[in-house]
Amino acid sequence: MIIVDYLKKSFFVAIWFMFLTFPIMVIRVDSIEGIVEWRWQNMLLVGIGSFILSLVGRYIRIKQEKAARSVQKGRVQQLKSSLLIDPKMYLPGLALISLLVLVFPFLFSVYQTNIMTTALMYIVLGLGLNIVVGLAGLLDLGYVAFYAVGAYCYALLNHHFGLSFWLALPLGALLGALFGIVLGFPVLRLRGDYLAIVTLGFGEIIRLVLENWNEFSFGPSGIANIDRPNFFGIDMSLNESIIALYYMMVCLVLFSIFMVNRLQSSRIGRAWIALREDEIACQAMGIDKTKTKLTAFALGATWAGMVGVIFAAKTTFVNPASFTFLESAIILSIVVLGGMGSIVGVVVGALVLILLPEYLRAFSDYRMLLFGAIMVIMMVFRPQGIIGNVRKSYLFQEKKG
Amino acid sequence: MKPILEVNKICMDFGGLRALDQLDLEVKSGEIVALIGPNGAGKTTFFNCVTGIYAPTSGNIFLHDMKGKSSSLNGLKPNKITEKGLARTFQNIRLFSEMTVLENVMVGCHCRSTASILGALFRNKKTVQEEEEIVRKSYGILQKVGISEYVNEMAKNLPYGAQRRLEIARALATEPLLLLLDEPAAGMNPQETKELDELIVRLRDNEGLSILLIEHDMKLVMSLSDRIFVMDYGRKIAQGTPAEVRENPVVIKAYLGDDS
Ligand SMILES: Nc1ncnc2c1ncn2[C@@H]1O[C@H](COP(=O)(O)OP(=O)(O)O)[C@@H](O)[C@H]1O
Ligand SMILES: [Mg+2]
Repeated sequence: MIIVDYLKKSFFVAIWFMFLTFPIMVIRVDSIEGIVEWRWQNMLLVGIGSFILSLVGRYIRIKQEKAARSVQKGRVQQLKSSLLIDPKMYLPGLALISLLVLVFPFLFSVYQTNIMTTALMYIVLGLGLNIVVGLAGLLDLGYVAFYAVGAYCYALLNHHFGLSFWLALPLGALLGALFGIVLGFPVLRLRGDYLAIVTLGFGEIIRLVLENWNEFSFGPSGIANIDRPNFFGIDMSLNESIIALYYMMVCLVLFSIFMVNRLQSSRIGRAWIALREDEIACQAMGIDKTKTKLTAFALGATWAGMVGVIFAAKTTFVNPASFTFLESAIILSIVVLGGMGSIVGVVVGALVLILLPEYLRAFSDYRMLLFGAIMVIMMVFRPQGIIGNVRKSYLFQEKKG
Repeated sequence: MKPILEVNKICMDFGGLRALDQLDLEVKSGEIVALIGPNGAGKTTFFNCVTGIYAPTSGNIFLHDMKGKSSSLNGLKPNKITEKGLARTFQNIRLFSEMTVLENVMVGCHCRSTASILGALFRNKKTVQEEEEIVRKSYGILQKVGISEYVNEMAKNLPYGAQRRLEIARALATEPLLLLLDEPAAGMNPQETKELDELIVRLRDNEGLSILLIEHDMKLVMSLSDRIFVMDYGRKIAQGTPAEVRENPVVIKAYLGDDS
């Protein structure tokens, strides 16, 4: 009976879709010949397609519900968490990934390595934003501002004073943190949508300042001929330096994973999560809301500042066009797609979101379409993100004896 | 001896509505005091004023600790008030639902610990020790409150009664002098209520806590409290021992309506 019921429902969905798409899919007005063309076969295709999709969707949902109801759920979840936590299971996987990461530049072309470096940069950006959005629950849409601060920090200091990359890196991080605090102050009282709108404004303000303050930032034409990073004073060809940058980025990713992991399972990390979960209860626990928010903004922005410096050094050219809202949106998508608050999630999210469009260039016409479809499907089937809530929490075991 | 909490002529206005009207109240050290009154009387608002979530329109709030030090709570942020030794639970449960039970209590230890960002990053010996101490202390509190079996559960998956207890556990982790409980027995069955009664008495007797609670369950209130304050329409209409309050005609009228 249930099957008939589902067939019926899917049938109506199909009818509904045929009706909705009728004007664009079926009718075509040929204005030159002055005739109306009726493409009935399209209607049939839409009908069959939506019928099957709806049926498949329903089938998946039933299975999910069944799994949730039965005891099996416990086992599935156990398996999932043990894959991520049990050393026996994940050590070989980790070893394989490490090996792949190490030999990547020798297996693939310089072009591919360059793309991978970009993806690694977005991992660090995602990890930074994850502190603000995923852990502290502050929806920041202007994160790219701190990225720009780091990039211009190196670009300007290098242009005017010939400052080296290695000095600029910590400086960019520091400046990022500073801007995080400065921009954090005015938005302390805001939450949710309001916070999002104001931070979005801040991001745009920074970009507009860079675009219009010609004496300071050289306007829309930007700053060119920024020095590439120098590795131990070795003279390198362009290709070699791309590979060196790749390895440096790998190190930075490991470093930031290490740091962010320590932060999130600490006193301050708990305060961030408590703030995200319930602001009033968080304060009632004796947590200083102002301080906690500002540290989240500052520590999140630190990573953006650092990656900004690397961006400037990698492309040897910065201009305001690289720091539009779209950039913030991509970084936010990485965090949301991967799973808010999860480090592994951010890594997976960054790889998917940055590499996928690159390799989908072949289908460049449909690239954005596919991208959108993936996002929509994700939101429907896994709103908690690819990795979801596998935050390492404290598992307490009573000592025996 | 000075009372531990002293509230003088406190008023709270919401636009035109006077939710608290010249309210006086004090809690002595080691007392269990109940605050009762019909729905909308302003009891929760009173808690919110005392804990700094609302800034009272006028009036004074003082906390006198055991060592005889007095401090005014007016204008302090909620976290500062918690630091001074006032902890509370919420009528509509406000747990950190995506955290485990243990972590919820660990958050409560925040204001009694000191690890900084650098400590978190470098994990020096002091930080590691403090962290271990926090876990031990938190688990101890869970045992004391009687929900240690749920230690690794997500807070949102707990049964209702256990959630209310977790709220108390979390408040205890802040090491309060005075505990404010907002309808701790709401939604509990008689058995759970009885256990809660025992827990509250135990907290007073063993931990030396003073307790101010809002409660509708009259049986619980009458058996627990040393003194009772009765509110209606933001005003205090009666105060005294359970026996006195029970006989007070003003209280009976407020509870049963005019025509009784
Ligand atoms: N934030 C607020 N804004 C406006 N009115 C409020 C607010 N909080 C409480 N009130 C009003 O104050 C009165 C007392 O509410 P409350 O303290 O929650 O009562 P009780 O806890 O005794 O049931 C009610 O009339 C309520 O509508
Ligand atoms: Mg109330």
